[in-house]
Amino acid sequence: MSVLVYTETEDGKFKKAAFEVASYAKEVAGGDEVVAVSFNATDASELGKYGVSKVLNIQNDKLSKFNAEAYADALTQAAKKEGSKIVVVSQSANSKYVAPLLAVHLEAGYASNVMAAPESTDPFTVKRSAFTNKAFNFTKITTDIKIVGLSQNAFGLKENAGDATVEDFSPELKEGDFTVNVESVDKAKDKVTIADAEIVVSGGRGLKGPENWGMIEEMADILGAATACSKPVSDMGWRPHSEHVGQTGKPVASNLYIAVGISGAIQHLAGINAAKTKVVINNDPEAPFFKAADYGVVGDAFEIVPKLNEKLKEFKAKNA
Amino acid sequence: MKILVCISHVPDTTSKINFTEGDSKFDTNGVNFVINPNDEFGLTRAMWFKEKQGASVDVVNVGGAETEPTLRKALAIGADNAIRVNTPATDGFQVAKQLAKVAKEGGYDLIIAGRESIDYNGGMVPGMLAGILDANFINTCISLEVEGDKATAIREIDGGKETLTASLPLVIGGQKGLVEESDLKIPNMRGIMQARKKPLNVVEPDEAATHTEAVKFEKPAPKGDVKLVDPENLDELIDLLHNEAKAI
Repeated sequence: MSVLVYTETEDGKFKKAAFEVASYAKEVAGGDEVVAVSFNATDASELGKYGVSKVLNIQNDKLSKFNAEAYADALTQAAKKEGSKIVVVSQSANSKYVAPLLAVHLEAGYASNVMAAPESTDPFTVKRSAFTNKAFNFTKITTDIKIVGLSQNAFGLKENAGDATVEDFSPELKEGDFTVNVESVDKAKDKVTIADAEIVVSGGRGLKGPENWGMIEEMADILGAATACSKPVSDMGWRPHSEHVGQTGKPVASNLYIAVGISGAIQHLAGINAAKTKVVINNDPEAPFFKAADYGVVGDAFEIVPKLNEKLKEFKAKNA
Repeated sequence: MKILVCISHVPDTTSKINFTEGDSKFDTNGVNFVINPNDEFGLTRAMWFKEKQGASVDVVNVGGAETEPTLRKALAIGADNAIRVNTPATDGFQVAKQLAKVAKEGGYDLIIAGRESIDYNGGMVPGMLAGILDANFINTCISLEVEGDKATAIREIDGGKETLTASLPLVIGGQKGLVEESDLKIPNMRGIMQARKKPLNVVEPDEAATHTEAVKFEKPAPKGDVKLVDPENLDELIDLLHNEAKAI
């Protein structure tokens, strides 16, 4: 038996989520082998550090852009070739796209948003978040092959002293794998994404207008953070929808979440609940966010944030 | 164009989440159920195709009779027919199987489902449905145009977006962006009256296997009190974040 992991790359380099799913797979595998599948990775052997013993690296120009159906087909063939009973994927947008297709191909049960190593392996039961982080749900996967979708930052990285052998793998792809075509990709190259960010700095209606976002962006810059916003802010068009975090927007699972001028509606708090440390800056001490936060500052954001930014700059300069 | 919109019947976003029967079941007591928000964006986009391109729009739900008010609301918004597959929704695969049967029998060109329901957050039904039907699939879809049998969609990716094309039949995992929040329709009295007369067909389920089983629920542990920092002493906040939380 082996545990298969889909290790995602971007421009040939592994994403942090790839190392996290590898670490998780190693834990689940126990003494068994962890086999990774990567697409056009430049240095696939890097995965050895996180417990992978073999990498099936696919070098194929047709797969240089993510394509859910083709990737699902390739992963299916890899799982069959390796006789894998457990497949671990991340919960990036691409992994969430590919996993249900893979589940159908492999006739595998799929549990998404998994928060920790399995509660038990027989029966195979995992803890997952549900109701947008308002609750956890223990799900038993009853099929022979099981797919685990591991939430970002839920397990962390675990290094293992080991080497990975890298094999070229050439799955047989069909014409039917390429019937959804990517025409163009529009992605900010130098911006940290909410999904990948260690720190997220978020603004709400308390900032009074889009023209006041400079100090939020400055804080994000200093901390290497992603920027986000509350639902009303994106509904009013102050910030793009892609920044909306909360129950109907994006989930946040970063190490640190800093909320400025966000009162903390139940839907917002649900969406950011998985963030490990939460800070709120708000002038209303009665704002519900103070009940959900670890640290709070009561006061005027327009005075506090610029001061805090100066202090963060000093801190960063000292701790660089 | 024949459109099928898959509707999930979910607790509204303000609901308090509780469990009963030894934390094995969601407590529906006092909970207000609505059309899953991700599905409602798709339904509203479907209405646009109906108005501008003469599409027909059916809605479908897998669930017991208690979900019918949610389907009636979709009819009041403007869907033509509703279908309820008469079986409780137990897991993503089982729901996808039931939907696939309805989709095959109806011969739909475009199937719109929300990218995930806001209750179980499985995020798997649209993809599994496409996989079972062997239809094209685009997830986290934030824009959709159809000309003839060719669709152009924009998909949200981590940190950006991607424009894709595909031919019909197509399954969409939709979300906000397909239409704006302000485009969502509150059914008017005329719509509500008409919805009462529109067909709501109850069909019996196919035998469908489940792949997973929700065995237990748990609420997050209560949080400790917030530590307040004086706005005049922001060094303390930085110190706490660095040394206590190890977050910076």
